[in-house]
Amino acid sequence: MPLNTVFGVLCALALARGRLPGKALLNAVIDLPFAVSPVVAGLALILVFGRGGWIDDLPFQVIFSVPGIVLATIFISVPFVVREVTPVLQEIGDEQEQAASTLGASRWQAFRRVTLPAIRWGVAYGVVLSVARCIGEFGAVSVVSGKIAGETETLTILVEQRFQNFNLAGAYAASALLAFIALATLLAMTVINPRREDDA
Amino acid sequence: MIAVRDVRKSFGGFVALDDVSLEIPDGSLTALLGPSGSGKSTLLRIIAGLEQPDAGAIEIHGADATGVPPQRREIGFVFQHYAAFKHMTVRDNVAFGLTIRKRPKAEVRSRVDELLGVVGLAGYHERYPNQLSGGQRQRMALARALAVEPRVLLLDEPFGALDAKVRTELREWLRRLHDEVHVTTVLVTHDQEEAMAIADHIAVMDQGRIEQVGGPCELYDRPANRFVMGFLGPVARVGDQLVRPHDLEISAEPAGGARPAVVARVVHLGFEVRVELELEGEEAVWSQVTRREAEQLDLAEGATVWVRTAAETAVPA
Repeated sequence: MPLNTVFGVLCALALARGRLPGKALLNAVIDLPFAVSPVVAGLALILVFGRGGWIDDLPFQVIFSVPGIVLATIFISVPFVVREVTPVLQEIGDEQEQAASTLGASRWQAFRRVTLPAIRWGVAYGVVLSVARCIGEFGAVSVVSGKIAGETETLTILVEQRFQNFNLAGAYAASALLAFIALATLLAMTVINPRREDDA
Repeated sequence: MIAVRDVRKSFGGFVALDDVSLEIPDGSLTALLGPSGSGKSTLLRIIAGLEQPDAGAIEIHGADATGVPPQRREIGFVFQHYAAFKHMTVRDNVAFGLTIRKRPKAEVRSRVDELLGVVGLAGYHERYPNQLSGGQRQRMALARALAVEPRVLLLDEPFGALDAKVRTELREWLRRLHDEVHVTTVLVTHDQEEAMAIADHIAVMDQGRIEQVGGPCELYDRPANRFVMGFLGPVARVGDQLVRPHDLEISAEPAGGARPAVVARVVHLGFEVRVELELEGEEAVWSQVTRREAEQLDLAEGATVWVRTAAETAVPA
């Protein structure tokens, strides 16, 4: 989760402020997870990191392990942060950052003291949205995780497995927990959203 | 002194500044005056370091500042749309530059109190920018810029977003403030009246070039060319000369060098009276006379009068 916040904000900065030549391409790639089925995304990760993939000589295991799950989740959820933060950045413009720089602030100081506080509710909302997305995520994670019980299981996968094994009571218990977390996230969203709109 | 030497800047194919050189004396209040697109804001942003020139150099107080980033130029910059830090109180906005410089807390507090007093915002410490009017926000922005004791104060159309009445008040106030603080100030404006009202020096710009630099009276009375003449005030064309409407002398009797004209219309604007005249074989011109002159001449529509120009203010058409 901290990872996708950092990536998300970085991508949003690049999109809103940067003068990259490949901006249009980056913009399109960000939307990819919205369009591509999560299962395909999972398979793509296996293609890259799995045995015989492009990068399979890392010192630690990626696929069928925790890093794989994290990667899959980031891939699925980063767009939510980016899509929330980019318009806020564009809306506030860069005048405040310029004002900070004429007052003696370095780029990092300007970002930390001026930009970040100005976009904080946009970031928070994006993060909560992506939490919501991650909790429900099944496709990509089920492909890369290998569903090793007690090790690389996410809650959603647990529900599915118990259900498949006719352990209905267990499935319901896990589902109830999942539903509770989802409700809590929704609550967080309703709290944050009005503040986010105040900022804009 | 701020020296701008042979600065060029283009954006894509558009040449914003075309070999501009300018010297701004210490302690002066200089206006960069020109229509939109004349390059005046770009020049100001290059002095601030917010833009880099394609060629040329900027010197601030004798030291080359061309490659120096804005945070190390010891400048204060005020933006047209205030650029207030919305999530900070007025106090934190004004204190920003001092906090960045890690000044002791007590010093920051007393300096902020002092400045808010100077700009007339005492007691507004804990407000947020969205609780202030436009004029108050701009005064807060000025206090914020002055807090770090800049060597140069740069103002980019600072009153452009305010309504006419507040604009006039604030510019009088800025002039008085400048007389107290004496910091070298450069003001960008497209409003010739604003420039004439507060600046000691005016650089008139058009299409990326500086057309003329001088004091307000000098520019008004001795414009270097038609553009400067037309931009600084109204113009009447008589024969092959351009003159100010108030420099047309009207008399009831023929006089040396005067030409006959027919009064087409008389418009009373309080103290000022505008007389529209038709000279033979030329476009109509208007002249500005006082109410008393109009009464003495007994100006009436259809009457014939004699017109000549006070030649020293004229520019060839």
